[in-house]
Amino acid sequence: MTVSVNVSRFEDVSMAPPDPILGVSEAFRADTNNMKLNLGVGAYRTEELQPYVLNVVKKAENLMLERGENKEYLPIEGLAAFNKVTAELLLGADNPAIHQGRVATVQGLSGTGSLRLAAALIERYFPGSEVLISSPTWGNHKNIFNDSRVPWSEYRYYDPKTVGLDFNGMISDIKEAPEGSFILLHGCAHNPTGIDPTPEQWEKIADVIQEKNHIPFFDVAYQGFASGSLDADASSVRLFVTRGMEVLVAQSYSKNLGLYSERVGAMNVVCSSSDVAARVKSQLKRIARPMYSNPPIHGARIVANVVGDPTLFNEWKEEMELMAGRIKTVRQKLFDSLSSKDTSGKDWSFILKQIGMFSFTGLNRAQSDNMTNKWHVYMTKDGRISLAGLSLAKCEYLADAIIDSYHNVS
Amino acid sequence: MASRLATNNQRIIIDQTSKLGTRLMSSWWQGIQPAAKDPILGVSEAFLADPSPDKVNVGVGAYRDDNGKPVVLECVREAERRIAGNQNMEYLPMGGSVKMVEETLKLAYGENSDFIKDKRIAAVQALSGTGACRLFADFQKRFRPESQIYIPVPTWSNHHNIWRDANVPQRVFHYYHPETKGLDFAALMDDVKNSPNGSFFLLHACAHNPTGVDPTEEQWREISYQFKVKGHFPFFDMAYQGFASGDPERDAKSIRIFLEDGHLIGCAQSYAKNMGLYGQRVGCLSVLCEDEKQAVAVKSQLQQLARPMYSNPPVHGALIVSAILSSPDLKSLWLKEVKVMADRIIGMRTSLKENLEKLGSPLSWEHVTNQIGMFCYSGMTPEQVDRLTSEYHIYMTRNGRISMAGVTTGNVGYLANAINEVTKSA
Repeated sequence: MTVSVNVSRFEDVSMAPPDPILGVSEAFRADTNNMKLNLGVGAYRTEELQPYVLNVVKKAENLMLERGENKEYLPIEGLAAFNKVTAELLLGADNPAIHQGRVATVQGLSGTGSLRLAAALIERYFPGSEVLISSPTWGNHKNIFNDSRVPWSEYRYYDPKTVGLDFNGMISDIKEAPEGSFILLHGCAHNPTGIDPTPEQWEKIADVIQEKNHIPFFDVAYQGFASGSLDADASSVRLFVTRGMEVLVAQSYSKNLGLYSERVGAMNVVCSSSDVAARVKSQLKRIARPMYSNPPIHGARIVANVVGDPTLFNEWKEEMELMAGRIKTVRQKLFDSLSSKDTSGKDWSFILKQIGMFSFTGLNRAQSDNMTNKWHVYMTKDGRISLAGLSLAKCEYLADAIIDSYHNVS
Repeated sequence: MASRLATNNQRIIIDQTSKLGTRLMSSWWQGIQPAAKDPILGVSEAFLADPSPDKVNVGVGAYRDDNGKPVVLECVREAERRIAGNQNMEYLPMGGSVKMVEETLKLAYGENSDFIKDKRIAAVQALSGTGACRLFADFQKRFRPESQIYIPVPTWSNHHNIWRDANVPQRVFHYYHPETKGLDFAALMDDVKNSPNGSFFLLHACAHNPTGVDPTEEQWREISYQFKVKGHFPFFDMAYQGFASGDPERDAKSIRIFLEDGHLIGCAQSYAKNMGLYGQRVGCLSVLCEDEKQAVAVKSQLQQLARPMYSNPPVHGALIVSAILSSPDLKSLWLKEVKVMADRIIGMRTSLKENLEKLGSPLSWEHVTNQIGMFCYSGMTPEQVDRLTSEYHIYMTRNGRISMAGVTTGNVGYLANAINEVTKSA
C-alpha cells in the first residue's frame, strides 16, 4: 500500500500579512518613481541618503581582521567583554549596582531578542502578570509579548490634541494597573512618537511605579541618539536604579553603532542582590539555549572593541553627536518648510519638541496612505516618519506632501 | 492576582529615603532558582576552570586541529578579507540573506534540484541549527497544534529543550542499541510502524549526535518507504554535512533518498561545524512544499515567527557563507578543508581504537571506528565519566560521548590509558 506524499501537511497555511514596518522598505524598493522617499524603518542615513557604517566600526573590524581571532561558540550569555562594557555604558562604570554584582547581563539578539528573553522570563516566573505598553509603541512589542504568551494592556501616552505626552493619563493608567505589573518604558527617544517625559515627569513616573509595586522594564534602543549624549540619554534608567529599584533593561546597538544586521544587544536585570542576579542570569541562559544556543559573536566583538577602548570610545561619541546633530538639523528644516508653506496657521512646533529618530506627524491612516500613493513617501501607517531617512534636500518636498495629506485627505 | 502574589511571597519594602541611596529590600526574583548547568556547554566551562596541565576537552562538538587549537578555515579568512569594508550593515530581510539561502539549499537538495528551480522550497536563514529547529518547532506548534514530535533515543540534549519550549509534546523512538553500540534497526522500524499515521519524526541526516551511528543506505530506503506507508513527516537535522564522510554530497544521501521517494521534508542546516562558523550562528530552515504558492505562504509564516524572536538574522556569517559558496576557488578550497577535518577525525578514531587494543583492554572498541562523524558513543557510564574527570582531568558529557574532534596525536595515548583504567574492571 502506498500513500501519496504530495499533499502537504501545511496545505492550509495562509499567507502572513507583510510586517507593518519592515514591509514598508520592501514596498519602497519595489517603487520605480524617482521622487520616492523611504521614511519607514528607523535606520540612519547620511545627507546623501546612504547607509552609514561608522568609522569606529570600520576601525574595530580592521583590528579584528588583523588579530584573526577564532570563531568559537560564545558562552550562552554571550561575550564577557561585551557584557561588561554594555552594563557600564548603560548604568555608568562607577554604578554601585555593578560593583555589588547585582546586574545580570546577557547578550541578546539586538533589542528584539533581548526583549524576547525578558518576556519568556516573565511568562515563566510571573504567570498571569501583565506588561503595560505605551499607546502607541513600537509595533513589534505586542508581537513579542503575544508570542511569549504574556498578557499586555496599554497605558495612555500620546495625546493627539497636543501632539505631546498625555502625562496625567499615563500616571493614572499606571496607578490603575494590578499591583506588580511590568511597565514597559522607552528609555529615551520614544518610538514612534519621539515624545519623552521631562526629568521631573520621570521622577513622578518612578514614584507611582514604586507606590504600586510595579516593575520598570526599559527598552533602550536609542542611547546617544536622542540628545547626542550617551550619558544624558541613560538618565531615566539611572534614576530608577539609584532609587534602589529592580529594573529590566533591553539594549540595542542597531542604531547608535549602526550595527543593525549584526544583531547586538543585551538584557540587563538589576536585582536586589548578587545572589538573585546570578540566579536570574542562569534562567535567562536557560531560555536562550533552546532559542539559538548562544549569540552571534561578530557584532559583540565590535562593541567590546569600540566601547572598551578609550580612543575609539571618544571617536564614537563624536560620531554619535554628528548623527544626532544631522537629525536635529533636518527637524529644524522640516519645521521651517512646513511653517513657511502652510498658510492655515497650524502649529507645527511639535516637530521640534520631539526627539530622536522619529517624528509622529499626527497623520492618520488615510493620510499616511496618501503620502505613499500620491507622493511616494514611505512611512508607517501610524503616521510615524523616520527623520533618519530624510535629507535637507528633501525637506521641502516632504513638507508639500504632509501639508497636502493633512489638509486634503480625511 | 492573589495566587501570583502568593508565589511572589515577598514584597518590595518601600522606603522613601531610598531616593538618596541603596537600601535593603527583598527581590521580585526571590523565587527564582538557579538553572541547572547545560550538560554540554557546562562541560567547557568546567574544563576552562581546571588548572591541570594534563586536562583534555572532549566535550563540546567543536573541531580542533592536531594541536588542540580551534581552527578558522582558510576559505573563511579569505572570504572575510574579500567582504571587508564592502558591505553596509543594513538589516537583512526577515528571511535573511537570499543569496546565502539559495546556496545552502543546493547543498541539501542538490546543485540542480528541480525543487529549487520550481521554487517549491520555503527557506529562511536561521540562527544556526538551534535556531532552525526552534523555528520549525514553533511553526509546527502554530500550524499543526495537535501534532507531536518523535525524537530518537538518544539525541542532542538541546532537541528536547527546543520542542519543549515550543510546547510541542514529545515522544521517543528507538535508535541506539547499547549491546551492539550500533543501530537498533528492528526496534526503530517497529516504532515507525506503530506510531499514529502522519506523525512528525526528527531524523539526523548524517553523523548522528551523540552516537555517531547512522543507518546504512539500505536502511534509509526502508525507513523512507515505511514513512510513505504511514504518511509521516520527516524533519532532518543536518548539522554535520561534510563531516561524516568528508564528502558533502555523500553525507546528504539520506535526504536525497527521501526526496526521490516524494516526501515533503523539513530540514535544518548549520554551518557551525563544517565551515567552522560556530559563533557566527548561521544556518537555514527549509520546508519543501507542493508548489511555489504554498512555499511563499509558508515562508511568510516562518518570517512571522522570527520577527518577535530576533527580527532578522545576523549578517556577518551569512556573508562569509555566500562568498565561499558562490566563488568557485573558495568553494573548492572549502571542500578540501572539510575533507581534511573529516580525515583527521577518522584518523584519530583508528588511533584511539589501536591504543586501547594495545593496552590490552578486555572490551571491544570496534564501535570507535564503526561510528561516524564528530562523536564516539563510548558506552562508558556516568560514573566512569566522572572518574575520567576527577582523576584524569578529561572532560566529556556524562552520557559517555567523546568529541573525537578534541582528540590529538598528543593526547590520544593519555586518553586511551585513562579510558582503559576506568573501564577495565567493568
